[in-house]
Amino acid sequence: MLDTAWIWRNLPKIWDLLVQHAVLSYVPVVVGLLIALPVGIACVRWRWCYPIALAASSAFFAIPSLALFVLLLPYTGLTAATAIIPLTLYTASLLLRNIVDGIRSTDDSVRQAAAAMGYRPMRRLVSIELPIATPLILGGLRVAAVANISMVPVASVIGVASLGDLFIDGTQRFFATPIIVGIVLTAVLALITDLVLVSVQRVLTPWGQTRRSK
Amino acid sequence: MNVFDSVWAWFTNPENWSGYDSIPVRLVEHLGYSALAIACALLIAFPLGAILGHLHRGQALVLTIANLIRALPTLGLLTLLVILAGIGLMPPMVALVVLAIPPILVNTYEGVRFVNAGVVDAAKGVGLRGPAILFRVELPVALPIIMLGIRLAAIQVVSSATIAAYVGLGGLGRFIFDGLGRQDFAQMAGGSVIVALLAIVTEIVFILIAVLSTSPGVRGRERFRFSPLSRKKVMP
Repeated sequence: MLDTAWIWRNLPKIWDLLVQHAVLSYVPVVVGLLIALPVGIACVRWRWCYPIALAASSAFFAIPSLALFVLLLPYTGLTAATAIIPLTLYTASLLLRNIVDGIRSTDDSVRQAAAAMGYRPMRRLVSIELPIATPLILGGLRVAAVANISMVPVASVIGVASLGDLFIDGTQRFFATPIIVGIVLTAVLALITDLVLVSVQRVLTPWGQTRRSK
Repeated sequence: MNVFDSVWAWFTNPENWSGYDSIPVRLVEHLGYSALAIACALLIAFPLGAILGHLHRGQALVLTIANLIRALPTLGLLTLLVILAGIGLMPPMVALVVLAIPPILVNTYEGVRFVNAGVVDAAKGVGLRGPAILFRVELPVALPIIMLGIRLAAIQVVSSATIAAYVGLGGLGRFIFDGLGRQDFAQMAGGSVIVALLAIVTEIVFILIAVLSTSPGVRGRERFRFSPLSRKKVMP
């Protein structure tokens, strides 16, 4: 069922598609985080923002990726932006809730202690509330990154290159090897990304570790 | 003619509203695929999650299954199944069911598993036993989280049912893939707009079902005690 000769012949092409796939998945995660952080902080600071932002982001989240890719086509054409823009907005929608919940999860006594030690709101946010929110934000990043990696192949349908090209190639020639290679590489990319983010979480939040080992 | 005008023209063309490949027919097909897939996923994931959650067993198993499935690209699974089993209803159905299982399984499991231990103790104290605790205490208390899982699954299935058309079936994806083949942007965009609207309507319907089906006692407490999403994501 698996034609290894085909794999060896097409190795450079497969590698290119894998790299392209990773770019299309990672750029939205980074940009989405950069968008969601200030919005989330604003939603904590001004409470009335949150229901509006939440409603907008969950409505947005419901829109299928294929539909957004198609609707962006006349503006961005067959460039990477057509895939990156919707995935960025999905990531931001997903992270918003985690960022707001994370910042709010700071215990009131901790906030008061910070105030007593002379922390102003900005410094309290950066050095106390955001670190406390980190596990929740990274949890959201893991979900978003894996979701992006498994969503990117849909972009191949409209002509933006990714590992999804292998699925289309396989379907058109009725040939299982490229499809299997594509599925395995997509899943491996997702698992590796998840493992890397777990390690990042361990490094950034050492206190979570000590508590668990007790 | 600009983009909006051409899409509007597609929507208002009476030809698109009658006949075997009209918007209403495709919409019904799409809803049919989605409903069937969600029903199958519920039959598999809900009992499994509820029983494992009730027994407090298999947390690693549930999370591993869910994460492995989440890493699978739906399009890849679909095309592989088509090559192995041929064109038919089975490949898209399996792909959609697989897509819908993780949110239902994880939320049912965690909802039941993390019901306040005091509540379960009280149920034991008044003489309830295993199944009665599950059906009369744990499931009602976990209902908001379970409904959230079903809602996430439903949105994903409604969105992804478009790809059934990629392997020759009907549904709203027909407009997108036919439009793609004929370089007819208005048709593609029109189909996309309908799918997007359908997904948003699905979300609203499931939010309403969740609110109406939740016991008032649980609903009231939810405001300050429950935060299902945050809890889900804290779990390593």
